[in-house]
Amino acid sequence: MKPAAFDYVAPRTVDEALNALGDTRRDVRVLAGGQSLILEMHLQRIRPDLVVDINRVAGLDRLSVNDGTVEIGALVRHGVFESPQAVPGPLGRLFALAAVNIAHPPIRARGTMVGSLAWAHPASEWCAIALALDAVIEVRSTGGAREIAARDYFRGPFQTARARDELITSLRFPLPAEDTGVGFIEHRRTHFCFAQVAVAAALTVHDGLISDVRIGLVNCADRPIRAHAAEQVLIGREVIVPAVGDRLPGGHPFARAGRIAADQDAAPLAEPYADPEYRRQVIAVLVGRTLRQAAEGVLQ
Amino acid sequence: MKITLTVNGDDYPLDVEPRRILADVLREDCRLTGTHLGCEHGVCGACTVLVDGQAVRSCLMLAVQCDGRSVRTVEGLAGPDGEPHPLQRAFSAEHALQCGFCTPGFLMVAAGALEADPAIGDDPERVHGLVESNICRCTGYEPIRRAIMRAAAESASLRRR
Ligand SMILES: Cc1cc2nc3c(=O)[nH]c(=O)nc-3n(C[C@H](O)[C@H](O)[C@H](O)COP(=O)(O)OP(=O)(O)OC[C@H]3O[C@@H](n4cnc5c(N)ncnc54)[C@H](O)[C@@H]3O)c2cc1C
Ligand code: FES
Ligand code: FES
Repeated sequence: MKPAAFDYVAPRTVDEALNALGDTRRDVRVLAGGQSLILEMHLQRIRPDLVVDINRVAGLDRLSVNDGTVEIGALVRHGVFESPQAVPGPLGRLFALAAVNIAHPPIRARGTMVGSLAWAHPASEWCAIALALDAVIEVRSTGGAREIAARDYFRGPFQTARARDELITSLRFPLPAEDTGVGFIEHRRTHFCFAQVAVAAALTVHDGLISDVRIGLVNCADRPIRAHAAEQVLIGREVIVPAVGDRLPGGHPFARAGRIAADQDAAPLAEPYADPEYRRQVIAVLVGRTLRQAAEGVLQ
Repeated sequence: MKITLTVNGDDYPLDVEPRRILADVLREDCRLTGTHLGCEHGVCGACTVLVDGQAVRSCLMLAVQCDGRSVRTVEGLAGPDGEPHPLQRAFSAEHALQCGFCTPGFLMVAAGALEADPAIGDDPERVHGLVESNICRCTGYEPIRRAIMRAAAESASLRRR
């Protein structure tokens, strides 16, 4: 199918974009990378009356670091984060590990991190990372600006706390401590599929004991999940990583955290080729592996 | 909407509906049918073209988004005298096409990467990532990978000379 007819504007400033979005009597959609929106328009699951193309709005492509915070504008493309240097320290390394899992280079050249948060696909890598690392979503409308903490933002599949007339102008991430270890591991059927399950982890260790840990689960429920119960069993634990090539023993804290994430934190839905039981098994294994990857980063 | 697309260096003043995707406008309005449409879902990559030098899916971009931008399609690869592009020569030498439906997309994704960074041949991982970007139902991919590596090596030796 082809997209149904719509009106199109390409504003040059944020204010012009907000004015266009303010017309709430019509179905008005922001066009960022278009890598989800135009697909949905092809399928005619979305038939906007007006498309507001923000690609010519000056300043939205800014990526800046100040005071321990990274600010990512609405036009920063997925591909930027393939370089671990795009963002300093462990956060940049985590973004780089995750970015290569998002579709493939031509999609990553257009799609944006902010667009992924706006779309809120349950299998979005960025959404789970934003949740686990306490990102803040900055939105604006003609009525003013507000900030939404990632933990209050996701409401369900493709559902968020953003109002229809609000533009997400940027995302802010606090920079984790320099010595934080990070991991990201994804399982999917083919290169073109979304994640069946993916896990993001950030681990901070003081005097050999885990002082902070964050586990984000991708496609393990109807929305991104932070594995709080699994994190709890890790705080204060000693970090012992088996030798390279050795399996994680069943009683290892990382393996136990994996089991708890799968049984208590996750609420996997049935998908074609993956029933909930299978997916719980994958979650348990991947959480263990991702924590191990993060711990290896700490010890290096 | 009135727009101007610059395709392979030529200006095309056009009047297009906003709902029309770049691929359809290239094929139907510019009459450049080298760009193929397979899935129209961003998956197969047959429609890949360069917009301002970057490989993108022309099925997931509106033509109006490209107003004033420079688009390059497979028709723009050969030199002015019809001399095939190094990638086209390499695809032929390595038998990197059978039915040819996927070929324009593979050529453009490779051309974008090679022109942005002529040293991609030094990084087989990246070439692997490029080959994974698109779908080919005939060749089994290995000849395509070899062709891209061959063209990269050839352009590297040209640069050294
Ligand atoms: C073949 C293929 C494979 C893919 N694989 C993956 C994958 O593995 N993982 C993954 O996460 N994604 C995947 N995607 C989706 C891709 O990452 C999209 O880029 C992303 O979901 C949306 O970003 P976008 O910038 O393209 O947004 P768009 O498509 O432009 O917009 C998506 C939605 O968000 C809204 N929106 C966008 N930006 C804003 C804003 N600033 N303020 C308010 N609303 C906004 C739009 O109105 C629209 O409703 C894939 C896409 C394709 C085609
Ligand atoms: S037709 Fe565009 S990716 Fe398949
Ligand atoms: S040559 Fe036939 S699809 Fe690739």
